[in-house]
Amino acid sequence: MAGMLAVGATLTRLFARDRGGRPSPFALLVANPLSAFGLALLTVIVVLVIATPFLPVPDPDITDPANRLLRPGTDGHLLGTDHLGRDLLSRMLWGTRVSILVGLSATLIAATIGSLIGLVAGYAGGRTDSLLMRGIDLVMAFPYILLALAIVAVLGPGLLNALYAIAVVNIPFFARNIRGITLGLSRREFVDAARLSGASHAEILFLEVLPNVLPTIVVTMSTTVGWMILETAGLSFLGLGAQPPQADLGSMLGEGRKLLFTAPHVSVVPGLMIFALVMCINLVGDGVRDVLDPRLKSGALAAPGAATRVARETVPPAPSTDAVLSVEGLRTEFHVGSRVYKAVGGVDLDLAPGECLGLVGESGSGKSVTALSLLRLVPTPPGVIAGGRVTIEGADQLAATPEALRRLRGGRVAYVFQDPLTTLHPLFTVGDQIVEAIRAHQPISRAEAEAQALTLLEKVRIPSAKARFSAYPHELSGGMRQRVCIAMALANDPDLIVADEPTTALDVTVQAQVLKLLRDLSRERGSAVLFITHDFGVVSELCDRVAVMYAGRIVEIGPSGDVLDAPGHPYTGKLIDCVPVLGRPERRMEAIDGLPPSVDRLPAGCAFADRCDRVQEDCRHGDIPLDPFGPGRAVRCLHPLQEVS
Amino acid sequence: MWLYIGKRLLATVPILLGLSVIVFAMMAAIPGDPATAILGSYATPENVERLNRQLGLDRSLVEQYLTWLGNLLQGDMGRSYALNRPVADEVFERFGATLVLAGASLLLCSLFGLLAGVIAAVGQFGWRDRIVTFLVLIGISTPSFWLGLLLIMLFAVELQWLPASGMFAIYGGGGPLDLLAHLALPAITLAVVATAVIARLTRTAMLEVLRQDYVRTARAKGVSERRVIYRHAFKSALVAVIPVIGIQTGFVLGGAVYIETVFQWPGIGRMLVNAISTRDLLLVQGGVLVVAASYVFFNLLADVAQTLVDPRLR
Repeated sequence: MAGMLAVGATLTRLFARDRGGRPSPFALLVANPLSAFGLALLTVIVVLVIATPFLPVPDPDITDPANRLLRPGTDGHLLGTDHLGRDLLSRMLWGTRVSILVGLSATLIAATIGSLIGLVAGYAGGRTDSLLMRGIDLVMAFPYILLALAIVAVLGPGLLNALYAIAVVNIPFFARNIRGITLGLSRREFVDAARLSGASHAEILFLEVLPNVLPTIVVTMSTTVGWMILETAGLSFLGLGAQPPQADLGSMLGEGRKLLFTAPHVSVVPGLMIFALVMCINLVGDGVRDVLDPRLKSGALAAPGAATRVARETVPPAPSTDAVLSVEGLRTEFHVGSRVYKAVGGVDLDLAPGECLGLVGESGSGKSVTALSLLRLVPTPPGVIAGGRVTIEGADQLAATPEALRRLRGGRVAYVFQDPLTTLHPLFTVGDQIVEAIRAHQPISRAEAEAQALTLLEKVRIPSAKARFSAYPHELSGGMRQRVCIAMALANDPDLIVADEPTTALDVTVQAQVLKLLRDLSRERGSAVLFITHDFGVVSELCDRVAVMYAGRIVEIGPSGDVLDAPGHPYTGKLIDCVPVLGRPERRMEAIDGLPPSVDRLPAGCAFADRCDRVQEDCRHGDIPLDPFGPGRAVRCLHPLQEVS
Repeated sequence: MWLYIGKRLLATVPILLGLSVIVFAMMAAIPGDPATAILGSYATPENVERLNRQLGLDRSLVEQYLTWLGNLLQGDMGRSYALNRPVADEVFERFGATLVLAGASLLLCSLFGLLAGVIAAVGQFGWRDRIVTFLVLIGISTPSFWLGLLLIMLFAVELQWLPASGMFAIYGGGGPLDLLAHLALPAITLAVVATAVIARLTRTAMLEVLRQDYVRTARAKGVSERRVIYRHAFKSALVAVIPVIGIQTGFVLGGAVYIETVFQWPGIGRMLVNAISTRDLLLVQGGVLVVAASYVFFNLLADVAQTLVDPRLR
């Protein structure tokens, strides 16, 4: 009874808008053209089948040997007749009725028993759970159809027995799915609360847990009912299901098989019907799954392509510098639906050979997107480079051909990313991955590349490099993994290393070692470094210059000593105040109140205005320029913390 | 690695025992008295009792099971009364033919399923993806036994390119080419559903992998896009797809029942259908056991293959 109530409540919820005003699940289902098509076709079939007794079609079992094997289109027999002169249209309609009924019944039986097993196993846990699931595993150890055959062998051929057999072999799918969900639910607070309030186990299971697993049951039903119709038809086709004169679609096909050479239409008609029926059920089933359980939506999320899409209206002219890297007016956006997130809103940067520039900012300030945009590594979709110019080796790299871009990546410009566990491929040895980086750019033999890779591993001070060469990433510590990444970045003597928070994912004790390694090796080889970090301590140790980013733009840039000693922008000042200083416990740490503005709704004027104590009326209008601020410095502020020196 | 394979082999023992218990229990649950069935309904009670003792049916079920299991382990599955020959001989002869058919199908569905899935994922939302998605929908919705009939009509009746039934030509057949010609249609028919399922899963797995950080790393170090997809992404996707191929062996072995009936293939599936119709239960028992055991080993193979690809599982 309680179960019925819960089912009723869920059913009404399917057609109602939720409290947030989002469309009902039914509306979402129909919005998907494929599911809508499936649903429409399914409705037509179901209506026809329900109306069959009232339709002006002949009795399906009346034989008429004089008119046997009539072709489709004959007068009075739209789809022709079979070997006994029975009307095929009528037999198909009645057969579809039987097939749908049998398939649905099998689904309901499998869903009820399977869900019950799953609920009890997941809720009880412990020995009950493992016992029940062992049993389910055993049933699944049989090939699907084979077990159904064995059950029919025991029960004897017949439509009802075929139905039971198909129901039994589908129980495991329900039991497994429902158990998984129940297991998670039975540890949740509302179940504990019900238990404390004195509810019995049955009450908790049917009133608290069941309503929450119902969507999963519905999804499993909608994705298996097509199968069950197909398989019961299959058993009938083999002569083990429906027995003459009763016909379902499968047994009609079985009869048609014997007439394959003389009257192919007898098997084509029921076959097409099964196909249409199962296809529209599958379409609706996929739609139901996508609506009720979006996590399972297969392949809906877009996978990024090889390079970020570039859609620039104008291209800035080529700069005349000897810089390793020159960025002008770089704008990178994320297009999600109708929203445009301006992650990078016009960034200018220059890096001299061998120079180390720190790019500092909070998460979401656009520093990593800036770094990835340089070689078009921002995922598209949703990323789009909407403007600007990136000049490396004198050429605009945002206009580079795929092959030129590939040669640049890991060649003249190399990256070191944040988390070495996720950035190294888990299924290749570290040596292999370094060798690959070398051979992508140098036409040398594998043996030579291996020798080079080994030298690189020694260079980044990995102990017993020879043994580690054939280790997989998961066999190394975090610090060792990041050393491998650095070795990979150095493989082709790059002019520029882009290091995107390379130490954030590491232990504090390891961080310093890795930083020192990166600094020493880049200095030794004369590589410039673009160092992305949120840590001013690191900047003062490592960087010649620093650029501070806020809401997608640079708000201050200059020699790191000067900026740290006397910040110009109020935001820089606040960021520096956030850094604890060892040995100065009296210094008060200040958090910055408020949050950065969302980059899809940037305010006019200064983006930091709402969080700034020095904000004045003129801060909120127009575009505030990045003005010169002393030697080699620039600040995007109308009321900076210091006077221009 | 060898240690791992050994462990996995050992772990199949309880599963195989469980299978044997289920099969034995199912056959024991069949209503009716075998002795009466053999002797006819006019048999005297003394004769029935004597036969029951001879058949061991007067002992407890556990004793009966152990005796049955002992015989089974010695390769004795009893005698088929309809064929009047040992069940084991018949079953293994037929199983060979089924393995040829299932093996060919598995080869086809793995090859084309993986290929189609990768092509769809790489051209996500493009025309290739749409075509593959459409074909997958057709594939999983088509009843294989009907598809078999359609293919016979087209390739055997209309075009007369390929034979419609059997494993070898009756006159002058027997060579590998003859086998291949007979194998083509049933193997393709049997592979269609599995190909669709594998293609769908490969597509999803590839899309998932292509979003991973290590794919970005591969691109950042200048590896060619072809290599990114076919080496870096594909290897990871394979880890997720291999168990699915293992599960598909179950569907292929089971689906062989239909296909062998449609194409008159002399395999174990057609034998089972006939045996069920003639109530030759010992033959059913033997056939089900052998196919189920082979499924366990196919899954073991899939496990080992997965471990070979993914070092983290060792």
